[in-house]
Formats: sequence, C-alpha cells, structure tokens
Amino acid sequence: MTDQLETFRAETRAWLDANCPASMRTPMAGEDDAVWGGRNYKFASEDAKLWLDRMAARGWTAPTWPKEYGGGGLSADENRVLQSELKRIEARPPLFSFGIWMLGPVLLEYASEEQKKEHLPKIVRGEIRWCQGYSEPGAGSDLAGLQTRCEDKGDHWLINGQKVWTSYANYADWCFCLVRTDTSVKHEGISFVLIDMTTPGVETRPIKLISGSSPFCETFFTDVKIPKDNMVGRLNGGWEIAKRLLQYERTNISGFGSGARVDVVDIAKAHVGLEGGELADRDLRARIAAHKMTERAYALSVQRAQEEAKAGGNVSHMASMFKVAGATLNQDRCELMVEAAGNRALGWSGEGFAPDEIAITRGWLRSKGNSIEGGTTEINLNVVAKRVLGLRDTQ
Amino acid sequence: MTFTLNDDAGMLKESARDFFREQAPVSRLRKQRDAKQNGRDPELWAEISALGFAGVIIPEEYGGAGLGYVALGAVLEEAGRTLVASPLHSSALAGASALMLAGLDAQRAEWLPKIAAGDAIATIAIDEGAHHAPGKSKLKFEGGKISGEKKYVADGHVADVIIVAGGDALYLVKADAAGLTRRELVTADSRGAADLKFENTPAEKMNGGADIVDAILDRARIGLAAEMVGQASEAFEITSEYLKTRKQFGQVIGGFQALQHRAAKLFTDLELTRSCVLAALDALDRGDNRIAEYASLAKARASETLHLASNEMVQLHGGIGMTDEHDAGLYLKRARVAEALYGGASFHRDRYASLLGF
Repeated sequence: MTDQLETFRAETRAWLDANCPASMRTPMAGEDDAVWGGRNYKFASEDAKLWLDRMAARGWTAPTWPKEYGGGGLSADENRVLQSELKRIEARPPLFSFGIWMLGPVLLEYASEEQKKEHLPKIVRGEIRWCQGYSEPGAGSDLAGLQTRCEDKGDHWLINGQKVWTSYANYADWCFCLVRTDTSVKHEGISFVLIDMTTPGVETRPIKLISGSSPFCETFFTDVKIPKDNMVGRLNGGWEIAKRLLQYERTNISGFGSGARVDVVDIAKAHVGLEGGELADRDLRARIAAHKMTERAYALSVQRAQEEAKAGGNVSHMASMFKVAGATLNQDRCELMVEAAGNRALGWSGEGFAPDEIAITRGWLRSKGNSIEGGTTEINLNVVAKRVLGLRDTQ
Repeated sequence: MTFTLNDDAGMLKESARDFFREQAPVSRLRKQRDAKQNGRDPELWAEISALGFAGVIIPEEYGGAGLGYVALGAVLEEAGRTLVASPLHSSALAGASALMLAGLDAQRAEWLPKIAAGDAIATIAIDEGAHHAPGKSKLKFEGGKISGEKKYVADGHVADVIIVAGGDALYLVKADAAGLTRRELVTADSRGAADLKFENTPAEKMNGGADIVDAILDRARIGLAAEMVGQASEAFEITSEYLKTRKQFGQVIGGFQALQHRAAKLFTDLELTRSCVLAALDALDRGDNRIAEYASLAKARASETLHLASNEMVQLHGGIGMTDEHDAGLYLKRARVAEALYGGASFHRDRYASLLGF
C-alpha cells in the first residue's frame, strides 16, 4: 500500500473515532434501525441523524461520486480503505438509499448537468428518498411490455398508468420511472422520467406480503403533469438506462431483506444440539456444511469480481450471475434456519415466541421474493446464457 | 488475498497452456490408453520436466523455481484441461510438498533436485481401504522397517520414491526396497495406480506427526482441485460449443431455454468453485493459518462441480457423448478418480463442519 493511502487510512480512522457515535457502532437490532432519510423521515435516534449528517457532509454516503455533486470524490482504493475502517469499528451504514445504490450511478452517466446538480446532492444528504417505478401488473419479467403512458403536452408530460412492486413508494419523495412514449414500438418506445410523488394524481397503496410486512406498493398515476426537464436521457432512450440501472440493482439486491442475521450454525447448535462436538442430526449437518461452503464460495467470488473490476476487466455482465447465486444462497440459508430451529421458527406473533424466532419465520417468507425481485432467477439465467455464454436461438 | 496471477505465474500458465494444447491434447491420452501404457509416457514426462513444470514449488537451492503453489496450480489447471496423464500432481506437488514439509535435510538434498528435474517420480501413499481415511492406518513401523498395505496409490506404479503415511508419522520408501510388492492397477481414467504391500520394508522415518500428514494432504487436495477446475472448465466449454452448433428441430439446441438454464447454472457453479481454488492456492503461498478449511472447501467444491460438469457433458452431447470415439467419456472417467482421490465431497463436507466447530 502506498504512503498516500496509509495517510488516508490514518486520517479516516481518526475522523471516524471522533465522529461515529458509540450507539452507531452496535449491530442493528432489526430493519427499523435502517436509516432511509427523506423529507418526512423520523430518525429512530439523535445519533442516527448525527451520524448521517456528519458522513453526508464529507460526501461519504456516496464515497466515489464526484465532489461537485456532493460525493466524497474518493478513488476506488480510498473507498476500500474507508469501507475497511467502517467495518473495523462495526459502524452502521449511515444511509440506506435506492438513490445511492441505483439511481445515482445512472444519473452520473446519463443525466444533464442541471439534473445532476439538482438531484445528486440531495441523495447524498439523505434529503430525498427515491422509489423505483418499473414493474406493472402486465409487465413483470417482460418489463419492456410496460404500458404507463407519457404524453407530450407541449409544456409538460402527462402520465397515466399503474406501477406495482414499487418498494417503499408510500415513504418515497420522488420516483424514477419507466414510461411509454411510443406505442408503435416496444423497447425503443420507453423513456426514463423523474416524478415528484407529491404531484397531484399520484397515489400509493401498500401490498401486504406473505411475511406480513409491506415493503412494496402499488402506485397509480392519474393525469400526472411533470415538467419537460424531468426526462433523463433522450426521448425513447429509456430502455438502455433501465437495463444499466438493473445491473446496479442486481448487484445490491441479491440478499436484500433477508431479515435475520444470526448464523444458521448457532441456531442448529441451540435447537438440534451436539453429540461428541458434532450436530446430532447428521443429515442436517451435511447440508449446513454444504451451505456454508457455498456461502464462502460466494463471498470469495464477490471479492474476486471486485479485484478483476479494479484490474480493468468488464464484470458488469456478471451481475446476473451474482443475483442468481445470491438469491439461492439466501433462500437456502433461510430454509436451513427454519429447519434447524424446529417449531421455534413456526410461530407468527404473540408472547409464545421470541422476537428472534419470529424474525426467522418472517425472514424465511420474505426471502422467497429474492428470486423474483430485480429480475427473476429465470430471467437472469437467460441473461447469463445469452450475454455471457453466447447461447442464442440462432447462430 | 489475491486472485490475480503475478507475471511469473502468468507466463508459466501461458506456456503450460500452449504446450499441453500442442503436445498433450486429449488425443495423446487416447493413444496412451489404446497402447495400454496405463499412464506411462516417459517421453511426455521428459518434455514436461524440461519446461521446469516438475520443479515449480521446489526451492531454488534444490534446483526448483521456488514459485509457489499459485504458479503450480496454474500449470495443473492447464494440464487438467486436456486430461494430461503424467505424474505432475503426484510428484511435483504431493511428493515435493511431503519432502519440503517433512523431509530430513539429507532426504531433501537427495530427492528434491531429482524431483525438480523430473529424474525421479515421487508420490504419497495414504489410504488402506476403498475410501479416503487418513486417520485409519494399520501400518506398523519397527526397527526401521514398515509392514502394511496401501491402496490405489496415484502413480504408485511409476514412482521411484514413495512417502508413506502411517497415521501419525511419515516414512520414505524407495520403490526398489526389499519387501515392497507393487500390484499395478489398470484404472478407469487410463492413468494407472498401484496397490502397495509392505513386508518388513526398509523405510526412513521422516519429521512430523499427524498434523504434517494433514498439511501435506491439504496441499495435495488443493493442487488436485486446481487440476479438476481445468477439467471442468474444458468439459463445460466443449459442451457449450456443442450447444451452439448441434441442430435439431431446425435450430441450434443452445437456443432452447431448458438447456440454456442448465448451462448458466453450471457456469455459475464453476465460477464459484474457481474462486475457492484460487483462494486456496493463494492461502498456501501466504502461509494462511486456515489451510485445512481452504483445502476442504476447494476439494469438496471441485468434486461437486466436476461431477456435474462431466455428467452434463455426456447428457448434453446426447448419443455421441456415450461413444468411446467422443472425449466426454474420458472426462467422465477422470472426473470420478479425481473426485475420490484424497477425499470426495462428502468426506470434505464432514471435515469442514468439524473445522467450523459443528
């Protein structure tokens, strides 16, 4: 490591020591501890707000974005140092944000200078919370079949239609949205627009999932007028942006919403028990061992992909592979946890079960969505087969 | 940790790739088999040795290149791609590691230069039954002599020197030692092996106990996993190519989603396994203290992946994959031998669970 990086590490460590509140160095107790920000956000604690404000002031909620847009302006190497220092003190993420994970990277690539200056700094500071308007009732895996209309009315766009699976739309301030601007063609008739959720005609309705939680919404647009400046990229050029954004999403999503963070081995030890130092259920033991190997293989592969990306290799097309593997891994983990915990993971509510136990049950149910959201496993396998392996209908 | 080859290892891999593709393609194994050579190809071994492949991990003071396990793993992976039948793994990796870790000064001075030059072939003899069980040995050592049996010793039929594990100790036995009977085995992978019987056979005790036996085995497992990743990669690529050319129902069969998904899953599995093997090789060169975990991870995953890749190779080729004329059968046969050697997936899953404390 170069002297410069060592200096950066020392400075970072000192700054974190002085600025990361002690309560932000404790493990998050549940999803409620995640800070999402936004206009009307209620912070769970003063420390959570302080931690976000301090990190945002340095641009470290989006460490590699350019400084002129509020980012940290760090190099990939510096960011690695920052992440390792954050990990060292077990700091909580200051901000969970679709704006940072998904929208920001494509704005940096496709948006106008005015759009970048308007939206990126607010994302960095956690002032505006974004949601994703992609899927529709009739456009799931076949996303490009979307029908939400966007008409040119001279001085504004007029939007009519319905989105579904919009994560946290009921809490979001703005929505990045795919709309149809040409009905005579499919992929080439889609545009990418930004919609303020307070605009008249926008309505959201939460969807209750099998896990009992409601992280997703239906979102309705009825004669919604948005300024002409709110289109990103060119008219009918939205599909390219949509696909690029999905790559970022798939990189981030694979294990998202898994709920319980406890180790399946600890659950099994507690509820199955050991005999002579080994899990009493031999069959379960072998399957947990295989799972732990896959977990390690996945972690090593992510590390390897990062190293190859740093060396200049193009690994963006691998996002679909990681999405499939990550979703499968998380679902396997959840299934094994339910099995290992026995009837303790078959409760639903009430005092007969501890919060940890209910978290296993609900996390398991939530994990079923991992292979559906952000592109189903089947669609992602298509992507791997076609784009990575070059298998096509005709040669 | 790194997954990237340094310049030396990168060059070595490239030269290995070129050499094996040109001089030892799968057709060479086929010829050896048809001529009933049972893995013997002194000419090929001489060429491999002349390129320095037999001395990659051996220190320079003993005539090797001292490049480490990542570099040798890269060579083995390339050898695996074309199913090269040679004692490269047994001698240059397993045997050399045994001498480097457990050899007395005199033993190292005598054997390592010969192994590095390819003038002597070494191997390790571990198992005494049908399954890998290094902890279960009935070998007896008394008055400088060993008695007992070793089964399915890789390259045991061609080795000049055999490092014999006796549970908690290691012994060096020369192939021409009195009281050693070698029964040559004609094996499914056409590489051959030997059952060894020791009856008051003169043996030199080496350094170390059960922990060193484990350390040597872990090196052998990781090196073999590298060879297996090469085999699985090639099996996958040949199959993938076939999917792009074979036509049925008026189109290439690679256009069928059922087959696309199988190929994509196999590819994903292969990439995850490759990461494990590269990490394990790197861990050896870094002197990581969790080698046992890395070794069981790499060998179990490589065994599972190669098992799947070799089965899919036959099935996705259809009828032609069942014919002796096609190479699929050769990959399948080698796959099962490599899977079993030094412990298969179930052995290493069991060990991994123990290492992780459950």
